Amino acid sequence: MRNGSVSLPAEKRDWEQGARDARTAGEVVPLLRVEDLVVRFGGVTALNGVSFAVAERQICGLIGPNGSGKTTLFNCISGIYRPHAGEIVFAGHNLARLPRARLAGLGIGRTFQNVALFDSMSVRENILVGAHHLGRSGFIANALRLPVVAREARAAEAAMADLLDLLDLGAVADRVVAGLPFGTRKRVELARALIGRPKLLLLDEPAGGLNHDEVANLADLLGMLQNRFALAILLVEHHMNLVMRVSAKVVALELGAKIADGTPDEVRNEKRVIRAYLGEASDAGAA
Amino acid sequence: MRAERNPLLIGLAVVVVAVALAFLLSNYHLFQLTMVVAYAIAILGLDMLTGYTGQISLGHGAFYAVGAYVAAILMANFNVPYWATLPVSAVVCAGFGFAFGFPALRLGGLYLALATFALAIAVPQLLKYKLLEDWTGGVQGIVISKPDAPFGLPLNQDQWLYLFTLAVGVVLFVLARNLLGGRIGRAMRAVRDHGVAAEAMGIDIALLKTRSFALSAMYTGIAGALGAIAVQFVAPDSFAVFLSITLFVGLVVGGITSLSGAVFGAIFIVFLPNFADQISKAAPGAIYGVILIAFLYLAPKGFAGLLRRLVGPRAPHLAAPASSTPAAPPRPARAKN
Repeated sequence: MRNGSVSLPAEKRDWEQGARDARTAGEVVPLLRVEDLVVRFGGVTALNGVSFAVAERQICGLIGPNGSGKTTLFNCISGIYRPHAGEIVFAGHNLARLPRARLAGLGIGRTFQNVALFDSMSVRENILVGAHHLGRSGFIANALRLPVVAREARAAEAAMADLLDLLDLGAVADRVVAGLPFGTRKRVELARALIGRPKLLLLDEPAGGLNHDEVANLADLLGMLQNRFALAILLVEHHMNLVMRVSAKVVALELGAKIADGTPDEVRNEKRVIRAYLGEASDAGAA
Repeated sequence: MRAERNPLLIGLAVVVVAVALAFLLSNYHLFQLTMVVAYAIAILGLDMLTGYTGQISLGHGAFYAVGAYVAAILMANFNVPYWATLPVSAVVCAGFGFAFGFPALRLGGLYLALATFALAIAVPQLLKYKLLEDWTGGVQGIVISKPDAPFGLPLNQDQWLYLFTLAVGVVLFVLARNLLGGRIGRAMRAVRDHGVAAEAMGIDIALLKTRSFALSAMYTGIAGALGAIAVQFVAPDSFAVFLSITLFVGLVVGGITSLSGAVFGAIFIVFLPNFADQISKAAPGAIYGVILIAFLYLAPKGFAGLLRRLVGPRAPHLAAPASSTPAAPPRPARAKN
């Protein structure tokens, strides 16, 4: 197990121990398993029996033309939509039945397509909110500043300092996020997700709005984070080069159904993927 | 380090001055200052809900009234000492806040404002309700007596009541500062700024909002109890809708999400009516209105915002929500393979 300067919590080690036990028992348990997922909006079937799995520490890219259902799928996994049928199992929990606020505690972190920061707060505070679910102190403990509050704050601040460093946010740490450049805001969002010690990171179009150099940096960054924090990453992305470069596995959707699932090379050469993309080339850009 | 210590020093200086005023001012002015402290606590309570958690309440006068009546009933009918009424008022109002907040917070934004407004309209009439008359005194209200200074302290009643109220206020402000500056206060502001993102960080929005509502009602209820003890009288018409609006005015004028703003707002709502009255006996309301509008024009972020602008940058969490939104991100261009 790799241990970066951001220390791993006890529960994470426990969980990894569990995953190792499962492997030695001769059974590979995927971290995230999506099974026969069906979502309908009125008469429109947005997802029609989609299944796939993400292993621990695996970067999985989710691609597909507009309207293919990848955002719907992402929203199901992150608890925004409830599927009509099928299940989403993460580390033994069926996500379809859990309240959204529980996901962070299970180890699912996420970013948002258009960057959803807490705009009145500083970079520092935004990141600290990401550690909210790691704390237990309530209203009374905080009002009285019981020792547990200081203990939690110290842990969160230490982790935050590491992330500020890692994501190059030190210079803007005390700035209110509302006025920061888009690329910086994206890194703040990433830091906010990472401080929660996720096992699975859900990224919704992380390359959106970035220029060519920034996309290249993002690819390096994702690889580094995956390695350092032992992360699995599920990536919904339009930017094909990025997906093919960082993913160990790619799942392609079209019209709510899976049309390919495999390594980037396998998916790239799949006829249905080529057809789906070339047939849709004219409306590039409308997410 | 300095940024940590400065507000503490300023706070200490304010408390020292406030204590000194007890020995410098007339009894009437001390009564006014006592009301300033009570209203500051009430506005702080409102700020927790409206400023921090982003839920507009136009009905906090109702919680102030409940706190006031609990204190008055306990003192007049059950001979409970004045200081012991405060925790009871706190618990009763927190319970009311929780019970009201639970369904009300499912209503978003403006609808919640209307629901709380309805509460503000209903409570004064409920206080006149016949079956409660034995306790509430109906339209007549309840007269309570002013407490004496304990332990033979050489203080008159007004001095003692002012210092007592001030002490309660200081404790409540310190507790609020601890709470709002830490994990819970951050979560409140996160819910206000972006609910879906806050949920993704593991914040249970319904629970947090309901608890914030209870806490907010509790602070305002304690303020009501302190106010009742100072005024020595409660009656339904003291707590009409206008009280709720006045607290809201105090919150906005003082500056939201600011502890010092609550104090400024309280000073404003206690002294401005008198001031307007001195300028024009005929139309104090018009003067009040003009001053209010002029003020909001000159200090759109309230007294606290004005102070920040004059003194320079302060702790970021005290900043009012930024009105500027970042430039829309360019649409992602899809790479074709």
